Amino acid sequence: MTDTAPTVSDDRAPRGVGARLPRKEDDRFLRGRGQYVADIRLPGLKDVAFVRSPVAHAQIRAIHIPAEYRDVVFTADDLTGIKPIRAVSGLPGFKVSEQPVLAVGKVRHVGELVAMCVGRSRAEAEDIAASVELELEPLPAVHDMRLARAAGSALVHEHWGDNVFLETNFEVDISAALDAPIKVTRDITTARQCMAPLEGRGVVATFDHRLDQLTLHTGSQMPHIVRNGLSDCLGIEQGRIRIIAPDIGGGFGHKGILLPEEVCLSWLAMHKGMTVRWLEDRREHLSASANCREHAYHITVYADRDGRLRGIDCEAIVDSGAYSSYPFSACLEAAQIASILPGPYRMPAYRCRTYSVATNKCPILPYRGVARTGVCFALELLLDAVAAEAGLEPGYVRLRNLVQPQDMPFDNITNKHFDSGDYPEALQRALAAIDVAAVRVRQRQGEPDGRLIGTGVSIYCEQAAHGTSVYAGWGIPMVPGHEQATARLTPDGGLELRVGVHSHGQGLETTLAQVAHEILGVDPDKIRVILGDTAMTPYSTGTWGSRSMVMAGGAVGTACEQLAARATRIGAKLLQLAPEAVTWRGGRACGPNGSVGLAEIAHTWYRRPQDLPNDVDPSGLEVTGGYKPVRDSGTFSYAAHAVTVAVDPDLGEVELLDYVIVEDGGVLVNPMIVDGQILGGLAQGIGTALYEEMPFDDAAQPLATTLADYLLPGPTEVPAPRLIHMETPSPYTMFGVKGIGEGGAIAPPAAIANAVNDALRPLGAELMQSPLSPRRIVAAVLAAKQASTP
Amino acid sequence: MKAASFAYERPRSMSDALALLAGADGEARIMAGGQSLGPMLNLRLMQPPRIVDIAGLAELRSVERDGDALVIGACVTHANIEDGRIPDVTHGVLPRIARGIAYRAVRNRGTIGGSLSHADPAADWVTTLAALGARVRLTNSKAQRDLVVTEFVQGALQTALRPGELVTAIRLPSLSPTARFGYAKACRKPGEFAHAMAAVLIEPDLSRSRVVIGAIDTTPIVVDDSSLFGGAITDVRQRFDRDLACRLLMQAGVSDPAARHIHLTVLARAIAEAAA
Repeated sequence: MTDTAPTVSDDRAPRGVGARLPRKEDDRFLRGRGQYVADIRLPGLKDVAFVRSPVAHAQIRAIHIPAEYRDVVFTADDLTGIKPIRAVSGLPGFKVSEQPVLAVGKVRHVGELVAMCVGRSRAEAEDIAASVELELEPLPAVHDMRLARAAGSALVHEHWGDNVFLETNFEVDISAALDAPIKVTRDITTARQCMAPLEGRGVVATFDHRLDQLTLHTGSQMPHIVRNGLSDCLGIEQGRIRIIAPDIGGGFGHKGILLPEEVCLSWLAMHKGMTVRWLEDRREHLSASANCREHAYHITVYADRDGRLRGIDCEAIVDSGAYSSYPFSACLEAAQIASILPGPYRMPAYRCRTYSVATNKCPILPYRGVARTGVCFALELLLDAVAAEAGLEPGYVRLRNLVQPQDMPFDNITNKHFDSGDYPEALQRALAAIDVAAVRVRQRQGEPDGRLIGTGVSIYCEQAAHGTSVYAGWGIPMVPGHEQATARLTPDGGLELRVGVHSHGQGLETTLAQVAHEILGVDPDKIRVILGDTAMTPYSTGTWGSRSMVMAGGAVGTACEQLAARATRIGAKLLQLAPEAVTWRGGRACGPNGSVGLAEIAHTWYRRPQDLPNDVDPSGLEVTGGYKPVRDSGTFSYAAHAVTVAVDPDLGEVELLDYVIVEDGGVLVNPMIVDGQILGGLAQGIGTALYEEMPFDDAAQPLATTLADYLLPGPTEVPAPRLIHMETPSPYTMFGVKGIGEGGAIAPPAAIANAVNDALRPLGAELMQSPLSPRRIVAAVLAAKQASTP
Repeated sequence: MKAASFAYERPRSMSDALALLAGADGEARIMAGGQSLGPMLNLRLMQPPRIVDIAGLAELRSVERDGDALVIGACVTHANIEDGRIPDVTHGVLPRIARGIAYRAVRNRGTIGGSLSHADPAADWVTTLAALGARVRLTNSKAQRDLVVTEFVQGALQTALRPGELVTAIRLPSLSPTARFGYAKACRKPGEFAHAMAAVLIEPDLSRSRVVIGAIDTTPIVVDDSSLFGGAITDVRQRFDRDLACRLLMQAGVSDPAARHIHLTVLARAIAEAAA
């Protein structure tokens, strides 16, 4: 056999695992050629606008539809055969909520869908929606999770008898900590936020009579999970549903749930024969999707005078909103809080009680970092309070308690299995880079402009790509198992990869191609990654939990290894050698005296089978491979963030002067993409720290319903951080990769709040609530002044 | 977020515009850049049956000198002021203020007369032009009248405009060479609406001062009797009567102590600049 053109030439730069390969998808994205839901045009497409509840809690007395619109307005009475959305936690004591896709009897949050209106354009649909009159009898609203548990509170779901989805308690020997010399107690709250991806949600539904199939185009991170939920709600078999999730403009968790809108539009397509579209507008997103991050902690940390942690005792409340959202349920946040509050530290005693509370707000969803951002905020602020109480540097207190590298892998007090890493080293590099000593000198000198300087640090470890046992243990109704990927060699030697995860900014079309290139040697330009379509991809729970590089990357790697083995066997036939005499190297089947490349193997297999003997392996060049890491307890990436701020105590303004991130995500498949992930996460973390908040009034009315009121960080608010990388491979995953996608958003609120509190410490002021708005900072300064005035 | 349907008129001349307004029975909204009106229409906070777009009228985009004063057409954009495309009689105050309004995209279309007519208490022009002693020219199909800014702005989003009337120009007196101006505002982010704002003008030649506190829920607080400085116009930084300013803010409904502290800080900084 002679060599034909090899698929990859050795003189080119590395393009496999570890290469900073430019993103394959950038060509279409940067030229504005992406295809999002709103770009889809189908014949006869009509627009849907919803009549949404203007109040948080009310009985529906009547819905008045003008006679001329009776054929284009639909309410719950019209929706025959539709079941409500149910996301039932498997944990004992969980109270089930049923979320009707259009309100039945009652409305339970502002923005809840009451009727859907179909028009020739969105404007016309909105005109129709405006003509529908609701007769509502207001009920007292449950607007504050801390008051929701009080006796006599209004009830979101009357038959529960209270407003608690689930109460949990986890304890390890808390009594052993109670005699500690240092005992610091604080109440900490984090604001309710919106995720605000650039692209909102959107749905286009149509029915294909040839295939007898509903086709739902939807901006979803988890198309197969949407199909599960939709099949349940519509009561039809899964084969009659095809979910297509095209390009997605950011997900962050907001695009991880089954929407009532998806069910409604599916019903229109199936029962009314309409091809319909709904595109979430920014006002809908802000008022009806204010849905993450709202926690309240009452927390006590026990420590010795030398800063050693003796234990943590915490009561945490999560405002879960009115309904348990599908598939993550109302209790994921609380389950996470209880299990990850100890952070990257060792401690001998721990207790955490959690309450997932129902309120008259829209359902809570897991936002990038999920509960970790709040947990990191609570724990890291408390550690600074301990440091202040002990008269120690915050960095010192952390170093004293971090899990040490020689103890890895380490099972912590909540049985989290930290796989690998050097946490103290990350922290020390961050402290050195931000130069705490220099900040202390500068603080003593004072600033010419009267501002106060502070520095703060935070460190976390993040369980990612956690699998079956973890999710089953948390009672989440969606449990990931083995991940699959299909690798198909095309007759011209190209490669198609089919995966059930999705890519909404992560660059998976590039990184998965890098994994395949690493194993098969196929030019990444000749690798197509197909995702976002239930008809074309293997089942997957989708992209969430920083799992896709580990899980889909592992599945692609496994499929490619199996494909390589098959190609080797075919190559052996072509080389006229026994299979065991041939090995797979550099994208070629190599024998002692010659080799054959993948393109030729593919060409022979598909186009010239007459060149192969009859006893060739018949399985072909398309493989679906399955993968799970050695353990499914997750990878633990980690990072230390350090920041120096200048605070104007009279205006409450915070300027970020310097920002350092030291991160370890194991082996990085594409370090450039990881840098982008971290920078994006940092921007969101700064939003959480300083800007983003959806306040509600006593009637549970959301108050920041435009972007003039709901502030997002922009270019002027996000400094260029200094990124420092460490690399400790995970012992349990293919290539040693770890999940890294969410991490950037976890640590900034804690680091920034600690820096602000460090700056304000001479004034005696302390903030324990995010975001650190100018008003809150000034109020804290004034309160401290008042307290110090005799 | 689509506007309710409305009739859209783009008159070719001032007289056409005034005739349209006169015939609209008070039901027309004027669009003079649309940077505030546009979002309000899309949010359906306003559903006027008719929009009269005057942004293209040449008469309203011109600037002329009238003796010592500068008469700025209502539809001169913030960007044109920022870029120095109109004469400056304020020693740089006007371009400086324009530069701080929202974002460049907004400044490219937003107009000085549109901003005043919208009368958002947090708008830079409301506070600044009140401090500079500008007069607002209101015109209808029959007559015109001039009001000082504090007469024109009657509350949050409320003005003295009558049905059929239009802001056509702002008449700005020249600042004397010895005049001193100070300005400060507090915003959550550059370009966002201010949550505190103050402008201070000290005119030694005329022995007078004017202090304006904006970004409150009502019409700006204007103090033009130097009472905030004990009746003097020298050493204003030292003489600043913070307690009096605090009382004025409380009277204006600023009940939150932290918000008041921020207003007072911003005011003190504007005064310090004017005194420097």
